[in-house]
Amino acid sequence: MNRLLLNKIVITLSTLAALIGISFLLWILITLSIRGYHSIDWHIFTTDLVNNGLRNVIIGQFILAGIATVIGVPVGMMAGIYLREYGINSKFSMIVRNLSDVMMSAPSIVIGIFVYGIFVVPFGGFNGWAGVIALAILMIPIVVSTTDSMLSLVPQELREAGIALGASKAQVIYKIVLSAAKIGLITGVLLAFARVIGETAPLLFTSANNNFFSFGLSNQYPSLTVSIYHLALFPSQTSQNLAWAGSAILTLLVLFINLITRFIFKPRKQK
Amino acid sequence: MLFNRFFRGLSHTSAWLVLTILFAIIIVLFHYSKSAIGDFGFFHFITNSKWIVGNDGNGGNFGGLIPILGTFLSSLIAMVFAIPIAMGIAIFLTEIAPEFLKAPVGIAVELLAAIPSIIYGMWGLFYFGPLLQSWFGGQSNSLLTAGVVLGIMVIPFMAALSRDAMNTTPSVLVESAYSMGATRYEVIKDIVFPFAKKGIIGSVILSLGRALGETMAVAFLIGGVFRFPNSLTSATISIPVLIANNFGEAGNLQLSAMFYMALILFIISFFTITIAKFYFLRKTD
Repeated sequence: MNRLLLNKIVITLSTLAALIGISFLLWILITLSIRGYHSIDWHIFTTDLVNNGLRNVIIGQFILAGIATVIGVPVGMMAGIYLREYGINSKFSMIVRNLSDVMMSAPSIVIGIFVYGIFVVPFGGFNGWAGVIALAILMIPIVVSTTDSMLSLVPQELREAGIALGASKAQVIYKIVLSAAKIGLITGVLLAFARVIGETAPLLFTSANNNFFSFGLSNQYPSLTVSIYHLALFPSQTSQNLAWAGSAILTLLVLFINLITRFIFKPRKQK
Repeated sequence: MLFNRFFRGLSHTSAWLVLTILFAIIIVLFHYSKSAIGDFGFFHFITNSKWIVGNDGNGGNFGGLIPILGTFLSSLIAMVFAIPIAMGIAIFLTEIAPEFLKAPVGIAVELLAAIPSIIYGMWGLFYFGPLLQSWFGGQSNSLLTAGVVLGIMVIPFMAALSRDAMNTTPSVLVESAYSMGATRYEVIKDIVFPFAKKGIIGSVILSLGRALGETMAVAFLIGGVFRFPNSLTSATISIPVLIANNFGEAGNLQLSAMFYMALILFIISFFTITIAKFYFLRKTD
């Protein structure tokens, strides 16, 4: 009887662990909804940080993450293509693949001050481009890894069929492999975008922040996450409310992107 | 044919770029830390518990002991908190949950991983920290708060990786154990765990690597005070938080000392991640 009891205990404990995990998620989401509900109004979307709104920082965050995506995705994807299509088992590919994996988990603040060293110090001050570069560097290894694994799911026969028809290697990759892996690649890009749009640490000392609306990436640049950080620690109810509004918007956005990729794009996993 | 060669060249260059960035990070961090390395050396730096800015704002006496300690202690607390819950979730998802629950619980756990770290910081600062304070006394922003919230942050990551490791157990083994009358607990203990051991340890170490480098949540929660924590509930500082709080207004030598700290952090996390990925989580495909 003892072993049956032990079994029950372990099952109960595991179920409890799952409940605890989910209740943290609910706790955070409920907190965000309540605080967000009380602090979000239209005023936030029509005025800038200087007038207690978030318009400039939300748009700024999108521009930073958007340009980072435009830079990071092609580089990451081309590198992933090299690993999977050209140098599949070469030593060089193995090294790049492994180091890129390691880079994916590197502390983001380290990336931030690295970019500070090469893009802020030489140009004499914080600037939006430095923020873009920091986010792009963060993004590249993620895109390399998803491209690599998505292309590995494309059946070898498709490539052979393309070659048999006389297509060049580049044509095979470009017209056959990439389009076969299209959905997986889009998912990967969206997830990478969702990851970098929530980043704060790499922006602190690169693009820093700006209270005003700006398209000038060569100056300090407005950012939602950096604003949330400063607003939350500022001892005033107004700015803390604004920080909650920003947090609710950011979380909604990130979770929305994640859910889209899960429900619409996710192909059935086959192992 | 031109396009063919161009495409290959472009893709080869991109692969090189990934390597270049990694080496550039090490070189740049080293370059900016040179004056701190020259002034303080290595062993003296990591055993020195002072962080005093000189009168002129440029010099000073800087040591990394307290932030290094704060980084390790907060991550240790995170692991103590996260491991049991993450393992419970992984077991629940592989062996216990009925089929219709597996997907939603799995998605919920993965969503928890997607929430930006600054949100955990906000939540900890205004809700969870004060709650812990009311239970355990001490300060609301403390080693304990930072550690537990870090733990909550790495739970989904650890649980997902452990679940994947457990899922690789061949179902033949699991089924034959059940058919011999083993209970679920016995199957988990004697079949699944031994089979997935390496992957599970890897997932823990990889989560540790994440916790060591986490900045924003800890910046909100650890207190950011440069002193030894004399209890679990007192404030201290970690390497990323030291950088986040003081980087903006630092003079020359302090700036260099912070690059030195970043270099040390990068090397620590590099080795942690490398050990996890290449010893424990080596893919065998």
